[in-house]
Amino acid sequence: MSDYAYLDDLEARTIYILREAYNRIDKLGMLWSIGKDSTALLWMVRKAFYGRVPFPMIQLETHMELPEVYEFRDQLVKDWGFELVIEDCPPEEEMDQTLPPATRAATRKTVGLKNLLGRDEYRGMILGIRRDEQSMRAKERVFSPRTLDGKWDFKDQPAEFWDQYRTEFPQGTHVRIHPILHWTELDIWRYTKRENIPCVPLYFSRYGKRYRSLGEKNITFPVDSNASTIDEIIDELETTNTPERAGRAMDKETEDSFERLREGGYM
Amino acid sequence: MSNTSKIKKSSLLAPLRMVIVGHVDHGKSTLIGRLLYDTDSLPDGKKEELEKFSQKRGMDMEWSFLLDAFQAERDQAITIDTTQIWFHTEKRNYVIIDAPGHREFLKNMISGAAQADAAVLVVDAKEGVQEQTRRHAYLLHLLGLKQIVVAINKIDMVDYDQKRFEAVSKEVKDYLKEINLEPNFIIPISARFGDGLAMPSDKLSWFKGGSTVLEALESFERTPSPVHQPLRFPIQDVYRYDEQRILVGRIESGSIKKGDTVLISPTNETATVTGIEVWPEDESVLSSKAGDSAGITLDKPVFVERGHLLSHENTAPVLSKVFAAHIFWLDEQPLEVGKTYTAKINTQSTTVRVQSIQRSINTDTLAHDKTASVGRHDMAEVILRSQDPIALDNFGDMSRTGRVVIFDGYDVVGGGGIDVSQFADMRLREQQQKSTNITAVDHLISADDRAWANNHKGAVIWLTGLSGAGKSTIAMNAERELFNRGYKTYVLDGDNVRHGLNKDLTFSPEDRAENIRRIGHVAALMADAGIIVLTAFISPYRADREIARNACDQLFQEVYINADLETCEQRDVKGLYKKARDGEIKNFTGISAPYEAPENPEITVNTIDLSIEDSVAELVDSIEKSVALETKDKKAKA
Repeated sequence: MSDYAYLDDLEARTIYILREAYNRIDKLGMLWSIGKDSTALLWMVRKAFYGRVPFPMIQLETHMELPEVYEFRDQLVKDWGFELVIEDCPPEEEMDQTLPPATRAATRKTVGLKNLLGRDEYRGMILGIRRDEQSMRAKERVFSPRTLDGKWDFKDQPAEFWDQYRTEFPQGTHVRIHPILHWTELDIWRYTKRENIPCVPLYFSRYGKRYRSLGEKNITFPVDSNASTIDEIIDELETTNTPERAGRAMDKETEDSFERLREGGYM
Repeated sequence: MSNTSKIKKSSLLAPLRMVIVGHVDHGKSTLIGRLLYDTDSLPDGKKEELEKFSQKRGMDMEWSFLLDAFQAERDQAITIDTTQIWFHTEKRNYVIIDAPGHREFLKNMISGAAQADAAVLVVDAKEGVQEQTRRHAYLLHLLGLKQIVVAINKIDMVDYDQKRFEAVSKEVKDYLKEINLEPNFIIPISARFGDGLAMPSDKLSWFKGGSTVLEALESFERTPSPVHQPLRFPIQDVYRYDEQRILVGRIESGSIKKGDTVLISPTNETATVTGIEVWPEDESVLSSKAGDSAGITLDKPVFVERGHLLSHENTAPVLSKVFAAHIFWLDEQPLEVGKTYTAKINTQSTTVRVQSIQRSINTDTLAHDKTASVGRHDMAEVILRSQDPIALDNFGDMSRTGRVVIFDGYDVVGGGGIDVSQFADMRLREQQQKSTNITAVDHLISADDRAWANNHKGAVIWLTGLSGAGKSTIAMNAERELFNRGYKTYVLDGDNVRHGLNKDLTFSPEDRAENIRRIGHVAALMADAGIIVLTAFISPYRADREIARNACDQLFQEVYINADLETCEQRDVKGLYKKARDGEIKNFTGISAPYEAPENPEITVNTIDLSIEDSVAELVDSIEKSVALETKDKKAKA
């Protein structure tokens, strides 16, 4: 199988999942973090629906993103022309104070999402998470049901095989849909390059550092790197043994901090 | 970056997806942890993290902690859900799907194994084959996995003993052979110490096979896309954009190109492909193949919706309302005869009723039992019936489209491979009808009108059984009794059919089938006219009776007039058995031609135990109940 065919395979599967979600789920939205993964996914949404984006892109706004991120967001909305919903997340003071600081900051998005779901009655939310990012995410289903209070019951997930997804749910609950669960970080970069998809310039090295994973400025840090083009990023990733989320503070404050975040409804 | 691996993630080639299965505690997670370590695939800091965790819990180095990301799993030391881990060698990339061995988590094991190209079955050298070893192996067989390594693990615990390895190997091989699985490799290993896993070991120098588990995996291939099989394009959705109607879906097998004539199932209409639609637009794209999420346009506005399936005309799937499935069951509520479920086959979702359970399979003993229900985690062969015809493929030939997933309410409760080889293709019948170029004219009187006028429904009461079982006698007496009670009724039997309508037919299997086909249609017409038709034919073949059932739009009841061969031969009222035994009659059912007993008849009348009078009374009672008008029908009319 050629390299080209492999990316086609990944893309075809993602498009299949997107079309399945669009056909089966009544009110659908997609979380767009403005990062490389959800932007590549947004590109595939346009492929699946012949240039259209038939559901809103939702940004969970903490006002803590880096300025380059906001700049990129506004430019892409202008260039691609899709509906963007900006949901303001509540302040950190209102979060569970027993959580470690960075985890607490990250929880703002969980609560913002919960507010949005409750108010606008979304039945399905598409997310650009991948299994290879983090071991908790590795256990996800493609169609992942949430309980009435938005929680993820990871100990009792439905069986999911042969691409027959569970697409019906009790009233009041919602489903998370993960169309790029099967992609790796390298796959995303190679695809971004092949398809010429734009991305936030913070991923590229400046003064020996770059962001490998983009998050809010208070809890995400750049890593050492000289990769200043996509090709150089690909080269770097081919040999690195550093985990992708090394620059994410909330993943490792305590042994189970990310697990607690995810169980509570975090992306 | 400073932290670099010795091995480059050299290729972008698609990873080999492998599932690790086996009994709980036989060392699956340890095998994975060690494999990652040996192939230099651990992210920086993971080994130290691992040591810290292990120490904190007062244990030796526990490789399995690497995978058990959840707090809960670490505490219980069992893998709850399927997890996936990427690693690579110089040759290629791998995705490891770790499937839990605990019985409770079979649904997670299936979720993992269904995506795999290859499997590693881990067996403890000390404990040998256990319950979940058998169950998992059987599931690999049901899921159609063919690339299998058996790793006889914890060989260190039996002092690297060659005899013990050979004994366990034999035990595994014998079991797999019985379920038609042939392992490609059986390898002794110690996952904990790394012997035989990624590296050969001096302690295993006696091992004749030589390969390590990693070498075995390197020899496997990714499941190829079935591009050379017949076209199967299940429709996922229909988009109307810019006055174009685009049919979208994933091509499961074969390929499709501009200009192709496609056959739509189940409607049986044809159309021509006018374009392969992609975005950004690219007119040079003229075809699409297995694996693609495609979109096409057609030359005419034929009816197509989600659930329909496109194929080429001469390689179409079978159309049937009934099929067999070889399934695994996951739900706490058992599967039972008569219950209805939602069956999802490709993009089609349809309500099915369990017609019968042919057998359930005990994976420990491989015994086949006839049971009334299928319990959680059991395997079985069942017959399912739907309201409407479905396009079906056999799992054995077309694994992607020949499978069914069963839902009960919101939940996935089972799944398996389809076998439709024993059932008649309804498409053939429809095509025959088509060729006669008849335009149907709608009746101005509905079936309900007729039923109201007669005060009962029309029906076909189809008696089947051996010659001498009592079919004709019971049918004639039942007719008399029904007539006496005011029902419109008529018996079709050999005498009034073979002499006229079917005069041209012999007793060869083909002509017998045609005989029954014609009778089925005549009976159906009479039932349409409001009559309770009783048929009294041996009708020995299941498939033929299925055709008769499918021909009938009204109530159809199969009645098994049950008397065993010995009893019938003793009765031998017409002296036919003797002639058959003497060779004077050829193709005589029960003697020189087969009789296929009904699997799930609506009524069974046992004439060995019951007298003719009692048999007739039982049958008439049952018919009266089934042809009675429902109260609400009466009220609506009144």
